[in-house]
Amino acid sequence: MSVIVFVEIDNQQYKKSSLEAISYGKKIAQTMGISCIALSLDTLSDTATLGTYGADRVISLSHNAAFTSDNSAQLLADACKQLSAQIVVVSNTYTGKSLAPRLAVALDASLATNVISLPDTNGGFKVKRGVFSGKAFAYTDLSKSTKVLAITPNTFDIDNSGSSATVETLAVSAEASKISIDKSDKEMGKVPLTEAEIVISAGRGLKGPENWNLIEELADLMGAATACSKPVSDMGWRPHAEHVGQTGITIKPNLYVAIGISGAIQHLAGVSSSKTIVAINKDPEAPFFKAADYGIVGDAFEVIPQLIHALKN
Amino acid sequence: MSVVPDTTTKITFTENNTLFNKDGVQFIINPYDELAITRGLELAEANSGSVTVVHVGPAENEASIRKALSMGVTDSIRIDALAIDAQFVAEQIAEIAHGYDLILTGRESIDYNGGAVCGLLGALLNIPSANVVTEINYADGTFSFTRDIDGGREMMSCKGPVVASAQKDLCEPRIPNMRGIMAARTKPLQIVSPKTIVNASQVSSYESPAPKSGVKLIDPSNAQELIHILRNELKVI
Repeated sequence: MSVIVFVEIDNQQYKKSSLEAISYGKKIAQTMGISCIALSLDTLSDTATLGTYGADRVISLSHNAAFTSDNSAQLLADACKQLSAQIVVVSNTYTGKSLAPRLAVALDASLATNVISLPDTNGGFKVKRGVFSGKAFAYTDLSKSTKVLAITPNTFDIDNSGSSATVETLAVSAEASKISIDKSDKEMGKVPLTEAEIVISAGRGLKGPENWNLIEELADLMGAATACSKPVSDMGWRPHAEHVGQTGITIKPNLYVAIGISGAIQHLAGVSSSKTIVAINKDPEAPFFKAADYGIVGDAFEVIPQLIHALKN
Repeated sequence: MSVVPDTTTKITFTENNTLFNKDGVQFIINPYDELAITRGLELAEANSGSVTVVHVGPAENEASIRKALSMGVTDSIRIDALAIDAQFVAEQIAEIAHGYDLILTGRESIDYNGGAVCGLLGALLNIPSANVVTEINYADGTFSFTRDIDGGREMMSCKGPVVASAQKDLCEPRIPNMRGIMAARTKPLQIVSPKTIVNASQVSSYESPAPKSGVKLIDPSNAQELIHILRNELKVI
């Protein structure tokens, strides 16, 4: 029996969300008295260091398949069967969410996505999940003997107090993929919005797309990702991938700064789990001030330059 | 197609936090499913095809099925069961999904946000799945997709049958016209009994987020104070 953690690689590095997943998997393994195994689709120069985050064993898969959603899931499922997986942990990223359902079917497992708690294993297996786009949480009992959990990034701490592990290899196989990947465009070095620790977001208060240089400068200085409100993405000022809110992306960074966004219920739903929220708006009645930890009632065009100035000093 | 509370709904629970409180709640077609239906219609119209809408839910949701029919959908199937979880829904849809070239879902439903039905259907039917797509095209038996991936996007293609989940930007949702609304009244709505399956999960209770303790206001003429707090007190930057 084992807890298997699937680790994702981006730009030849393990993703932070995957390191969180290993530390999370280790805690479950300890509670259940079984081992925690980190599974990597490739071997990197630092694969052995996955042990420091809590993996008892680190396994790199040996195979000759291309990575598509259908056959990556088959490769992982093959590995999970060979390693008697009881719990499979993936990150709730686009990659993780593509794989988790296919894995759940292949392993005849219960599936839970948006998981934000360690399981309560007293007399069952219960996890807390984000539902209603951040407006509520659901405690969900998983009843099948195997479970696939997709855990929300930025929710669990990384514990790197373990020691380096020996990298083992495991041969796995999959059918030929029916999918051809024709092109992949990634902005190198840019942290995906769902995994960013700091997010600077702006709304209609910025008056036009030409003013986003202010937001980008502020974000660069703070090491933040940029986001926007629904109207801004609807008007085409910013790409839809930046839209956070109920019908956009749900995020939970350490710090969320909302500039010129009134704070409609649909927007708040997508960001209210952020650890610290700052609202900057010239309207003192803006609903965002009720959901924020810190607020500045002022004009964005006067406040942002002050913040930029303070950050440069 | 899922039927979900309108996006402005304040989410509350009853029965000691074990049941979603439907009182006074307006239900709508899941916004991502509206995009899936619209793009499905556009592709079918360009290729002399037809579109079937499938819903797992009770009779009270038939108004939303009629709305889909009024958008131009050819026929509809309601699987007469309460949706327990994504796995239950996918198992039910997989029973009737054979013979279609393209199966579309929303990226996620805005109530339970699982985002799993697309991948589950792909695995259950042993066909490719394309998650979170912003473009779908069809030519000579091949479907091509643009989909969101972590930190970027990917162009992929495959032969049908294939299942894909609709993301914003796929299209503008179609608004039914009067002719569509009249025609929808007599379009087929088939009611199917659910397949018995072993439950994979069950919600035992709900919780609402804790309210914020109150905002600390910073003088706009002294905005740099915010940077001081973030840097030295909260240590987040």
